[in-house]
Amino acid sequence: MPKQSPSPDWQDMALGTAITEPGSAKYQRTGDWRSSGPVWDLDKCIKCGVCAVFCPEGCITMRADGYPEADMEYCKGCAICVCECWAVCISMVEEKE
Amino acid sequence: MAERKGMEVSIAIAEAASACDVDCIAAYPITPQTHVVEHLSEIVADGDLDAEFIPVESEHAAMSCCCGCASAGARTFTATASQGLALMHEILFIAANLRLPMVMVVANRSLSGPISIWNDHSDVMTERDVGWVQVFAENGQEAVDMVIMGHRISEDKRILLPLMVNFDGFILSHMVEPIEMPTREEVKKFLPDFEPQQRLDIDDPITMGPVGMPVVYTEAKMAAEWAVRNSYEPMVEIMGEFEKEFGRKYKPVETYRTDDAEILLIMMGGIAETAMTWVDKVRDEGVKVGLVRFRMWRPLPVDDFKKAIAGAKVLGVLDRHFSPGGPGGPMAQEIKYMLYGQDHAPKIVETVVGLGGRDVNFSDFDQIFDRCKEVLGGAPIPPFELIQVRGGHYGKA
Repeated sequence: MPKQSPSPDWQDMALGTAITEPGSAKYQRTGDWRSSGPVWDLDKCIKCGVCAVFCPEGCITMRADGYPEADMEYCKGCAICVCECWAVCISMVEEKE
Repeated sequence: MAERKGMEVSIAIAEAASACDVDCIAAYPITPQTHVVEHLSEIVADGDLDAEFIPVESEHAAMSCCCGCASAGARTFTATASQGLALMHEILFIAANLRLPMVMVVANRSLSGPISIWNDHSDVMTERDVGWVQVFAENGQEAVDMVIMGHRISEDKRILLPLMVNFDGFILSHMVEPIEMPTREEVKKFLPDFEPQQRLDIDDPITMGPVGMPVVYTEAKMAAEWAVRNSYEPMVEIMGEFEKEFGRKYKPVETYRTDDAEILLIMMGGIAETAMTWVDKVRDEGVKVGLVRFRMWRPLPVDDFKKAIAGAKVLGVLDRHFSPGGPGGPMAQEIKYMLYGQDHAPKIVETVVGLGGRDVNFSDFDQIFDRCKEVLGGAPIPPFELIQVRGGHYGKA
């Protein structure tokens, strides 16, 4: 649990809205910004890792089997991975819910 | 009792900041300026004050730099006026909302155009909403004392806000007055070393001034509202301690000969000195008139004001700024806010005087007083009026 609540009452705001816990940006679940997300066609994937390198959120990791995986808690749906993928194996799919 | 010495008020304010042993001064003296930071730069250069004097490239940078100094835990001071204050505008909000203690002296002067370097309150009144503590001095001694109290108030752990000491440009800033200047030792007894509540420290990192998403911005503003509102009581307490230490008494709202007065003139700043002499003259003629002056402006001392005007039937308000096409002067608006809906509220005669350095004389007080007497006698309340304008406020356009 974060020490500072992401949505405190005004009485509990840190002095001057300072952030007193380093690395607290991880509590910003940027995944809820997304309207569509990347879906990998692993048959075409060449395990090069370019998607993970270019992901501005740093939310793509390479699994033990060498294939990429996105942490959808943080994926903003920017589609940079789709644009950068050499194998053209990623497509953006709209998320209805 | 300390010696009273004739000094230019700007020089005296610089000496007061020096007596407060400030650590950082950031300034860019754009026109119009005063001798405040100029003299401080001399004091620092002469080695009489161990402080960083940071000559920056604009007043925007000066206020930004002051924010940096205060974030690092330094006792911070600067001075500005008019256009310079306007250029600081956006950073003023940041200083307040980051809860950064500092004292800024503002020699109140009109904004261009036309280009003017003279006195009115248009510079500060357009900065009413920035979230600073704001006080208005009437004379040089009060400005000096407010600088000393200002640091104590600003750094008080119950307050932690930047504080603006307003004093009339030219009329006070360039005036030589007898000043009782506390020594550094005397000030040290009243003003302890600055112990920042939080500061930038590589061993204990924090982020100051992060983005406030919509989910927290409203709460941040509410916190700012109460920060200023709650500064009232500690401020009054500190004014009391100042009196004990230095013998000069300061209140949030000052009154002069208000006993049994049916008509009160309301104002702030240096014109109240002239007005007191005028009140004496009129009282000698047997007329019941008094004067009320705001010293504290933010937080707005609502209860003190209501107490000060209790029993009065007509208030003649003398603003030094107005909003074109709007509801008149800011002080009158706020007085209406304080009295709206109150039973037996006094009638309010709104006037605007002393714009861009125009002298405010006995004849102006007479004229305003005449309006108040007419209203007291049952005449309809006139809309706000620019008293000194040639051609008449309600003459044809």
